[in-house]
Amino acid sequence: MSQPPDLAISTRGLTRSFGPVKAVAGIDLDVPKGMIFAVLGPNGAGKTTLLRMLATLLPPDGGSASVMGHDLRADPDAVRGVIAMTGQFASLDEDLTGRENLVMLSRLWGFAGRAARDRATDLLAAFDLADAGNRQVNTYSGGMRRRLDIAASLIVTPGVLFLDEPTTGLDPTARQSVWRLIRQLAASGVTILLTTQYLEEADQLAARIAVIDKGRKIAEGTSRQLKAQTGSGVLHVTPSDPGQLEAAEAMLATTGPVQRSAEGATLSVPVQDAASAHDLLARLIASGVEVADFSMGQPSLEEVFFALTGAPPEEETA
Amino acid sequence: MTDALLKRVERPAKPSALSNAMVFGWRAVLKFKHVPEQLFDLVMTPIMFTLLFTFVFGGALAGTPGSYLQFFLPGILVQTVVFNAVYSGMGLSTDFSKGLFDRFRSLPIWSLAPFTGLMVGDLMRHLIAGGIILGIGLILGYRPEAGVMGVVLAFAMLLAMGFGFGWVFLVLGMMVRTPTTVMTLGFTILFPVTFASNIMVDPATMPDWLRGFVEVNPVSLMTTALRGLMDGTATAGMLAVALIAPVLLTVLLAPVTLMLYRRK
Repeated sequence: MSQPPDLAISTRGLTRSFGPVKAVAGIDLDVPKGMIFAVLGPNGAGKTTLLRMLATLLPPDGGSASVMGHDLRADPDAVRGVIAMTGQFASLDEDLTGRENLVMLSRLWGFAGRAARDRATDLLAAFDLADAGNRQVNTYSGGMRRRLDIAASLIVTPGVLFLDEPTTGLDPTARQSVWRLIRQLAASGVTILLTTQYLEEADQLAARIAVIDKGRKIAEGTSRQLKAQTGSGVLHVTPSDPGQLEAAEAMLATTGPVQRSAEGATLSVPVQDAASAHDLLARLIASGVEVADFSMGQPSLEEVFFALTGAPPEEETA
Repeated sequence: MTDALLKRVERPAKPSALSNAMVFGWRAVLKFKHVPEQLFDLVMTPIMFTLLFTFVFGGALAGTPGSYLQFFLPGILVQTVVFNAVYSGMGLSTDFSKGLFDRFRSLPIWSLAPFTGLMVGDLMRHLIAGGIILGIGLILGYRPEAGVMGVVLAFAMLLAMGFGFGWVFLVLGMMVRTPTTVMTLGFTILFPVTFASNIMVDPATMPDWLRGFVEVNPVSLMTTALRGLMDGTATAGMLAVALIAPVLLTVLLAPVTLMLYRRK
């Protein structure tokens, strides 16, 4: 399949089923070189399957794809030469030290003896792991493990780096440090395709976002474009008197789909910006609803899905 | 961290398949350095078997514990390597469950290199565990009549046995998701196969239907060959029949292993 030279990844109608389950049901993607591109979706949407196919770990059932100009199905070994993948679970040998893991991978790439050791030393220093280099990986914290895992993907600077949920399970500090890393890598010219369940993460990092659900792409665009569809934020309102919930809901529904919290006391509605949230709140109060509490936040993945599909995401196992 | 990250590192010349394989061999050696306790798992069961059978049952079975040990030791070596093979299947299953093989498989390396490393690790485990059991046997009074040469040949046969049976558990390790299930399944197969053999007792007193199985059981054939080699009474025929199962398992299961790995 021919591919414009400025695209790092291009897929057409990519599919993959597991038995009766269509994990990826025909996805078209075009990722320009040097971009951070996020694939956003709930568990079981097919994000990992898509990434595993692009990383040559899983053969597609149908469709075509090329990575840095190499056809995925015709020449997977050439694709392996220009990519690196950091999976959801640390792909490291836990019994070995951090340094040994990096030396092992450097040797596999073809660095011999001294060069492999130097490469490991450089990467440990670059990822703030110099002091931990001689400890076994099973003593590392989650954040250290993630950093080493990303370092292990950078033995040779890849054309495309795949990151499968790079910050899932990390504490906020470790998450910030991984985000910083990803931005620096992108600045050095590496194309990054990452998957995430967090709109905030996609928003913070990615120049373009594809939203996928049940193996299909349901929206794609810049963060700004998506927000134009979903609202850039969500206004949460809790009326003082539960008896006024119906009236408040009817009033809020004039601007967008309203969701009730699980306990039923709080209403959430997407809003474009702080100014429109302010207007809405003023009108609500003017209509006689007494507000006990309100707040504004980023829409959660559920709210994005609600806005895009009118239904919350379904949990599936795939 | 910025400087080192922004530096582009180009791919060096593609290494040879042999070089890839040696990296995995090195990994197996490192595992011994970092997880020496794995040897404890490997040798404790055979040590217990050796001591219990020699001193508890030995006198009753063979007149004296000493003469029983002379009969039993080559057999327990066979049981040791066959049991060891289960642990390599567990190791493989662990590597898969942790995603480590995903990394290996997304690298532009010789696709079979990771297996050669597993094999190197297995053969080392067999040699170390076999050496420890033999050492304990010697301390307890076991004497290989055929001398050093007989022992060396016996160990070569043991490695062939371990290599052949290794495939069974590599296949299991790839098909079964959890390492502990690999172990349970493995021992479910291995306990009958090792007990219904001539390792512990002469099958002469067993019922006919069982003796029929015991006589063609690959574990029995290998045990007979090892006894022959270490006592100096081996015949070429003994060795040939002992090698049938390891060769057959390799020929049949090596391609299955590769197919499963490529499809994984």
